Amino acid sequence: MINYWPLIGIALVVIGFALRMNPMLVVTASAIATGLIAGMDWHEVISTFGKAFNDNRIIAIVWIVLPVIGLLERFGLQQRAAAVIRGLRTATAGRLLILYLIYRQITAAIGLHSTAGHPQTVRPLVAPMALAAAEKQHGELTEDEAEKVKAFSAATDNVGLFFGEDIFFAIGSIVLIQQILSTYGYNLAPLHLALWAIPTAIFAFLIHSARLLIFDRKLGRRDQ
Amino acid sequence: MITLHWLYGLAGLMFAAFALLSAFDRANTKRLGNATFWGLMALSLLGGDMIGDFGNGLLVLGLAGLAGFGFIGRSHPPTTSEEERQGWSDRLGNKLFLPALIIPATALIGTLAYNYTPLGSFGLIEAKRETYVFLGLGVLLALAAIFAWLRPPAVAPLQEGRRLIDAIGWAAVLPQMLASLGVLFAAAGVGDAIGSLTRMVIPEGSVFLTVAVFGIGMAVFTMVMGNAFAAFPVMAAAIGVPLLIQGYDGDPAVVGAIGMLAGFCGTLMTPMAANFNLVPAALLELKDQYGVIRAQVATALPLLFVNILLIYWLAFR
Repeated sequence: MINYWPLIGIALVVIGFALRMNPMLVVTASAIATGLIAGMDWHEVISTFGKAFNDNRIIAIVWIVLPVIGLLERFGLQQRAAAVIRGLRTATAGRLLILYLIYRQITAAIGLHSTAGHPQTVRPLVAPMALAAAEKQHGELTEDEAEKVKAFSAATDNVGLFFGEDIFFAIGSIVLIQQILSTYGYNLAPLHLALWAIPTAIFAFLIHSARLLIFDRKLGRRDQ
Repeated sequence: MITLHWLYGLAGLMFAAFALLSAFDRANTKRLGNATFWGLMALSLLGGDMIGDFGNGLLVLGLAGLAGFGFIGRSHPPTTSEEERQGWSDRLGNKLFLPALIIPATALIGTLAYNYTPLGSFGLIEAKRETYVFLGLGVLLALAAIFAWLRPPAVAPLQEGRRLIDAIGWAAVLPQMLASLGVLFAAAGVGDAIGSLTRMVIPEGSVFLTVAVFGIGMAVFTMVMGNAFAAFPVMAAAIGVPLLIQGYDGDPAVVGAIGMLAGFCGTLMTPMAANFNLVPAALLELKDQYGVIRAQVATALPLLFVNILLIYWLAFR
């Protein structure tokens, strides 16, 4: 008989996020509830949660780039990135982000997925460049439009990363697929799995690029 | 050998400095909250292996309490004005990009050199962690270059770093919290429950609909867990292996590889994947914390549909 009670933890998370409660509290409450439902005592729940947090410290490492990014912002890096884009005649926000999408997919596909990202490249370079391109083309942006340009910059980084990295055979997700399937007796080479990530990568590029071009036109439409 | 612990140490010292500078920041009314919050992060990174599992658990509860009950606030460390920045940008020109490129270039060249030249055979770096180590090295090189060239005040990198980390706030810690929540979900058997629920909705005899439930199940369960890695073993056990591969004779490589990518479409649509969706919203100072997700949904949904079609066409040739 399957025990459905642990799903209460998921329900708590969904409700908490939907009500826009503070995610740190939502996650903690859900973790404690889930652990108690699973039959752990308080001490065990807190210890399990703490051990998992300690085991996942690698996630915090990426923040070491902040002092460099902040320092460069102090000396006008965002302004410089915008100035370069203003000097290019044919730059539009959409076209620029398509170029970044290509760059991100290709570097991720050859295993260099950690070399770019939101703190390293999107905040200091990609977002200010996209904003400058949009402003150059359409004049001053409304706050709403500027938000959209920035959101698309972050979205483009994610799409490029997710649908590029699986082409690289030594990435975690490919290793995971290979391990899971091998427990059922299917022994596949990682390279063989990685090949089947290519069709989706192409479609991801086509769909997202089309949206970026449409976004360009939407920004332009209000000029008339 | 250089291990991840060196990087934990580097990051820990940085957070400790943020905590100290916060404590003395009289302009911030919540300075003690900020100081404690970043101080706990420093303790986790520097001493997490020494305070025991329960100690780490209390540390996490402390972080959640400080963030959840409004004890941390946005600070405004000293930095340059918009006009000064424009002035620097005009004066320095495109050379300003060079230090910015040191970090990605070091990570890129370092990783390539370590893997494709005899450099890697000395075992200087913990296996599979070389990109992180070169990222850290890139940070140090970039700092050295900026100091040699522009001579900012000695404390400037820490104050500028604190400006950014306070703009991000608790969202900087959330991804690690969610990863920990996933561990508790797994321990409680959430995967089994979801798998059995999914099996109930499978229609008998239709390959296409079974593929569709598999793909949508991957995406939805990924949205719930915030991570396709957690969803894949469950969906593979519930549908992928018993029905698609064994029942309908599908190609296991296609079902596995594209099934995972269907899950990635879910990652684009969930706040649970905080480091991809909520952290950039904070980092780019968007007013709508779900703004990045909103920009992604219209890419994710058609792509999920394409993935389902691809599995259907390619796995059952």
